Amino acid sequence: MKIVMAIIKPFKLEEVRDALTALGVHGLTVTEVKGYGRQKGHTEIYRGAEYAVSFLPKLKIEVAVSADMVGKVIDAITAAAKTGQIGDGKIFVSPIEQAVRIRTGERDNDAL
Amino acid sequence: MTYSRFLKPALTGLALATLAASASYAGDAPVPNKGDTAWLLISSALVLMMSIPGLALFYGGLVRTKNMLSVLTQVFAIVSLVGVIWVTYGYSLAFGDGGSMTAYIGGFGKAFLRGITPDSTVPTFTPGVVVPEYAYMVFQMTFAMITPALIVGAFAERMKFSAVMLFMLLWVTFIYFPIAHWVWYGATPDDVVAAAKALAAAADDAAKAAAQAKLDEVSAGAGWLNQKTALDFAGGTVVHINAGIAGLVGALMLKPRVGYGKEAMPPHSLTMTMIGASLLWVGWFGFNAGSNLEANGVTALAFVNTMVATAAAALSWLLVEWAIKGKPSMLGLVSGAVAGLVAVTPASGFAGPMGSVVLGLAVSPICYFFVSVVKNKFGYDDALDVFGVHCIGGITGALATGLLVSADLGGVGVPDYTAITTGFVGTYDLVGQMKTQLTAVVATLLWSGIGSAILYKVVDLIVGLRAPVEKEREGLDVSDHGERAYNY
Repeated sequence: MKIVMAIIKPFKLEEVRDALTALGVHGLTVTEVKGYGRQKGHTEIYRGAEYAVSFLPKLKIEVAVSADMVGKVIDAITAAAKTGQIGDGKIFVSPIEQAVRIRTGERDNDAL
Repeated sequence: MTYSRFLKPALTGLALATLAASASYAGDAPVPNKGDTAWLLISSALVLMMSIPGLALFYGGLVRTKNMLSVLTQVFAIVSLVGVIWVTYGYSLAFGDGGSMTAYIGGFGKAFLRGITPDSTVPTFTPGVVVPEYAYMVFQMTFAMITPALIVGAFAERMKFSAVMLFMLLWVTFIYFPIAHWVWYGATPDDVVAAAKALAAAADDAAKAAAQAKLDEVSAGAGWLNQKTALDFAGGTVVHINAGIAGLVGALMLKPRVGYGKEAMPPHSLTMTMIGASLLWVGWFGFNAGSNLEANGVTALAFVNTMVATAAAALSWLLVEWAIKGKPSMLGLVSGAVAGLVAVTPASGFAGPMGSVVLGLAVSPICYFFVSVVKNKFGYDDALDVFGVHCIGGITGALATGLLVSADLGGVGVPDYTAITTGFVGTYDLVGQMKTQLTAVVATLLWSGIGSAILYKVVDLIVGLRAPVEKEREGLDVSDHGERAYNY
């Protein structure tokens, strides 16, 4: 089992969700986050007071999948979230030790 | 509100004849016109709308989320406080007869609105025309409400609520009421006209001297700036310069907000600010056009001037910012609109529409310079630019009024009730008028600047001006009021 965590541009969420659904992924968690990478921030000016906004709004999505699905999920997210511009985001994959479905008590791959 | 021209020259002869006829019947007291009364009452409600919710939202949107309610509460509470003070002693001090001191302050003769009944009337600016005193009293009340509320923008996000309320109680009493009296407490036009006619009719030197003495006596019954014919149609000095300088002194004495200049303090909702600014513009028709007290041609002129100067100033700020910073901003647009409203306030019943457009175009770059260059250079934290917009815009307007009133520049001319043969339009004297305008500006700056400094100090000694640092960081909404503006 792996957890695929992706930081994406906010307006790409629906496309990513559709791509994952097409793969048979039946759930994901979305968090609104701010951060910075190579994409520079911008300047906001309020009556002459200038603020450098260096943390940009992004979405963090987390998907737990079985190990054999990881490659397809990464490809799907990459294809759906890509614009080719700086700031498209990143994908991180890490292992999951255990998974439990709270309602039934099912474990691991059955719980995904 | 001081004076206004009320008769077109062509109508003068007829109007004077009518006046003479009505004056010749003893006991034929003028009766308020229903249209005038209705307009004055509607204007009063419009000016209230400027404060709440207009000003409250305009300011509230500009602060951070954690201080939204503190601004809304302060504005609403000041409006309520002044409403009670006004009927208790405020109206009497500002618009009552002060006896031997009447050039400087009214007395307590009308405290608790003593003697005022539904039948009481006060004169307007047209000889022979009156309005109900209750309508006049409540109209002036709304001005006394909004002026202190303007100040809170300067020390927003850091002054504690108890200090704000105590300061405003003292400020309206010792600063606003006297200045309103200086500028707006005028002699009754009918009395001046009658005295001027007597003077004109006087046959020999003895009669002339007696008539002149009578005229001087009538004129001396007004506030000292009113006697000098300082032109301030709707409150450029009394409201805007007054509040603006009090705000600057407050910003200096309270010191900057914690983190000012280091942390980002962007407005939390420019949507609210836009709604507030728009309500201010609409309400300002009551403020400026209402200040004619009657519903007539000058009222319409003030209305038009308020419309076009504001539009010009909004565009002007937008273009200046676009040229300098590269982007035309919504906040710049509405800041320009407010600067234009402020600047046209003293000029609204005196200038012509084209003069008002020029005034609007000119005021925005001046205010922009103060809020974006001067403020940063000196480092004072006038949080919402009360000084940069209201004081500077007010000074610009007050001085420009002295120019734009000139008939040569499309203005209506200087009002003079002793000018009984020229439709009450006096002789325009550029240098003299500018000196008078400057006197009114400087007198307001000094009285309000020095007086406010003393009052801030007094309040600091009694309750302390600033919220503790940890409470300021937490936000005044929770620390002062125990509630949050937004619970999502």
